[in-house]
Amino acid sequence: MPWVEVCALADIPNRGCRVVRTPRGRIALFRTASDEVFALDDRCPHKGGPLSEGIVHGRHVTCPLHNWVIGLADGEAAGADKGCVRRYPVRLEGGRVLLSVGSIGSDKGKQ
Amino acid sequence: MTIHSRQRLVVVGNGMAPGRALERLFEQAPEAYDVTIFNAEPRVNYDRIMLSPVLSGEKSFEQIVIHGDGWYVNHGITLYKGARVTRIDRTARTVTAEFVAVGSLGHAPLEPTVTVPYDKLIIGTGSNPIILPVPGRDLPGVLTYRDLDDVNAMLIAARAKGSAVVIGGGLLGLEAAAGLKEQGMDVTVLHLMPTLMERQLDPAAGHLLQRAIEARGIKVITRANTRAILGNGRVEAVELDNGTRLTADLVVMAVGIRPNMQLAKDADLAVNRGILVDTAMRTSDPDIFALGECAEADGQVFGLVAPLYEMANVVAAQLRGDDARFRPSATATKLKVTGINLFSAGDFAEARDREEIVLRDATRGQYRRVVLKDNRIVGAVLYGDVADGPWFFDLLKRGEDVSDRRERLIFGQSYAAGGIPLDPAAAVAALPDDAEICGCNGVCKGKITGAIAGLGLKSLDEVRAHTKASASCGSCTGLVEQLLKAQLGDTYNPAAVQPMCGCTELGHDDVRRLIVAKELKTIAQLMQELEWKTSCGCAKCRPALNYYLLCTWPGEYVDDSQSRFVNERVHANIQKDGTYSVVPRMWGGQTSAKELRAIADVVERYNIPTVKVTGGQRIDMLGVRKEDLPLVWADLSAAGMVSGHAYAKGLRTVKTCVGTDWCRFGTQDSTGLGVRLEKFMWGSWTPAKVKLAVSGCPRNCAEATCKDIGVVCVDSGYDIHFAGAAGLEIKGTELLGHVATELEAIEAIGALTQLYREQGRYLERIYKWAKRVGVDTIRQHIMEDAERRRVLYDRFVFSQSFAQVDPWAERAAGKDAHEFAPVAELALPQAAE
Repeated sequence: MPWVEVCALADIPNRGCRVVRTPRGRIALFRTASDEVFALDDRCPHKGGPLSEGIVHGRHVTCPLHNWVIGLADGEAAGADKGCVRRYPVRLEGGRVLLSVGSIGSDKGKQ
Repeated sequence: MTIHSRQRLVVVGNGMAPGRALERLFEQAPEAYDVTIFNAEPRVNYDRIMLSPVLSGEKSFEQIVIHGDGWYVNHGITLYKGARVTRIDRTARTVTAEFVAVGSLGHAPLEPTVTVPYDKLIIGTGSNPIILPVPGRDLPGVLTYRDLDDVNAMLIAARAKGSAVVIGGGLLGLEAAAGLKEQGMDVTVLHLMPTLMERQLDPAAGHLLQRAIEARGIKVITRANTRAILGNGRVEAVELDNGTRLTADLVVMAVGIRPNMQLAKDADLAVNRGILVDTAMRTSDPDIFALGECAEADGQVFGLVAPLYEMANVVAAQLRGDDARFRPSATATKLKVTGINLFSAGDFAEARDREEIVLRDATRGQYRRVVLKDNRIVGAVLYGDVADGPWFFDLLKRGEDVSDRRERLIFGQSYAAGGIPLDPAAAVAALPDDAEICGCNGVCKGKITGAIAGLGLKSLDEVRAHTKASASCGSCTGLVEQLLKAQLGDTYNPAAVQPMCGCTELGHDDVRRLIVAKELKTIAQLMQELEWKTSCGCAKCRPALNYYLLCTWPGEYVDDSQSRFVNERVHANIQKDGTYSVVPRMWGGQTSAKELRAIADVVERYNIPTVKVTGGQRIDMLGVRKEDLPLVWADLSAAGMVSGHAYAKGLRTVKTCVGTDWCRFGTQDSTGLGVRLEKFMWGSWTPAKVKLAVSGCPRNCAEATCKDIGVVCVDSGYDIHFAGAAGLEIKGTELLGHVATELEAIEAIGALTQLYREQGRYLERIYKWAKRVGVDTIRQHIMEDAERRRVLYDRFVFSQSFAQVDPWAERAAGKDAHEFAPVAELALPQAAE
């Protein structure tokens, strides 16, 4: 799988998110309080809300539209809500954020 | 035989008793019947016992609905709302109804009547209030107290304040009197007998009750026989036998009820005082049941909910083909007037073969009387501390011999056992499993404790949902809570302190207090010191903490944008498609050609799809892409416009009318004051949004009296109002006070806003804060304590010195630029597969 450098870790605010635009739609890059990075489709499984705009807490993000809480590690909705967000492989290398773009072009990364 | 696969069940009346019968029927045999209900009232089934809290304003109608529209739909019930049954044809086995009000159809029905066939029929027509046969009883302004329409009529009458006379000092009359007093009326209760509630209370308890009622400012006249109701065109006074005249703008007759059996009588069913039923609740026609207040069983008619629900259980069982029988048992009564506790059960008339034990403490308002016959309790009256009510009631129903504990009996359960007094939780724990806890719904202790253990229930609401205990009149709520506490121990945390969120056990007020006491100045430090259970909070607590720190340490605390809800982070309102809306400030609702031109240019330049005038006298541009926001703001800034904070938990709009500038009725410069207030207050963060309005005269064109803070100008100055609401709830404002000058108005409003900023819980609007801490308390702080007002005002001014920075100009100039653009654009060649 080809890895593509998309930004520096410092470009994403701590407990925040930034967006990568791709032909397949927007991918949200989340950075947690402990500097872990996760990549998910920027679409809440509930009503398509932009997860990238939510509040990041622990390994979760709360969707700004209707407060669904999505797990960053598994893409699953927490609590009583049911739904799953597609994840993408992402890794950190010396302060750079690398995204596995192969999984964007094909359907292999689909959960 | 019927060719129908399912039997047709028709129910006349949609009150609590038939509602309960259907509920029980559906639980056991959901498919057995096609059900049609006729309700003469144009609404769903609601908890009639709770009309008093609706009258006093403690509850809303929605809170007392038992079955919402969805329940009828889910059970396939045809509900005719506003349809009064006029005829039962027992030969054809049909029921005919006429539409008396526009009900669920929302329009006038096409046919004036409807006829429906039945296989089984339930009559639950309830009762009619007794109207005293005195002259003037038909005058407008004379009401009864029976259903929601009566309550609404009373609430409307109460708006004009004025005087009310309640005829009848029984349960309903006293609840009506207390509710009307709560609504601000001057209330007098007339009672024919020497003491109040004489059917449920002995004279001693009746006197204590009278004293407590009088202490609330309600006048009570006993031995009062109404001779006439006077008035020209509408009620003006009530005249008593002894010639006394009492002024009255409203008269409520609450002298009793009479079973409503006309329909049954017309259908030639056997009737006496009520519709006669056997122990299976069948009338003289075996396919027709009667239940509720209209039915007479075993020579008695019933008005309290517990026996009516018992009847419902029997009817449901009979409809399922099970044999159940109605056996009336003793009932207990409680008065639902907040702050007055009384309990009575059984029979306490004096008789030769009866003995009584009495405990009196007049100063503390405590009274207990237990009536014994053959060493068994036959009646009990408690006034003041009523916690032992269920225990006495339980002994009464069991007919237990109490001779072994007679000398301690009157002190209640904890002492009767002979040991040290039990705490309330232990006292409830000591009750036997079959002791009744909820009289309304006939729920015993064992059912509740079984549900708590078996279903893992943790809260009062869950227990109510699963067992119905305390779900009707609510007076056994304390007992149910004690059961939860006894069973769950410390894990049961009653509503006393509601934690902020799952990250802490601390409530909002605790956190604010500790922020000051421990000088907590960052979110991280706060979570560390206050032992937050999560690593970095959640989407509920983080925005609240950010606000509390910002409010407590102005100029010092550095705003944590990652703890802001998206709207406040990007200074625009997110829409359902992820675009944003932009609302520039228009000071006091005024704009100019230059501003309008700039808005028009922006709309065209950035292809903004929707432009709309808001309710707050501004212009909203909807559908702006996030990337375009800084560009839009730059253009608006260039024309001198700043953020309208339409997205903020902060000062939103100040709506005004044109005042003395133009209006021929204007008494002051309302536009000018609105602009000054907006320029003074913009940029402030508050617990929830704050909307203002200034009206130039009492005609109130700016609708100031439903705002968070409103000013109504009058000739002599300015009436300052606050705590209104016109959203989810509708509520008129409270008057804060009157001031003579603009400067005084601005000082009072600044001080009020600061008090709210310091005391309000995050997301708590001003009207909710005022309800929690008390309108009078707020008024005293702001209007009667000049020193305190000044200090609060100064703190607001200090805080504003850091707050009034236009976030749009900052961002147009490049602040947080990375926020508004993607970090990367990927064009993927392999995406072309």
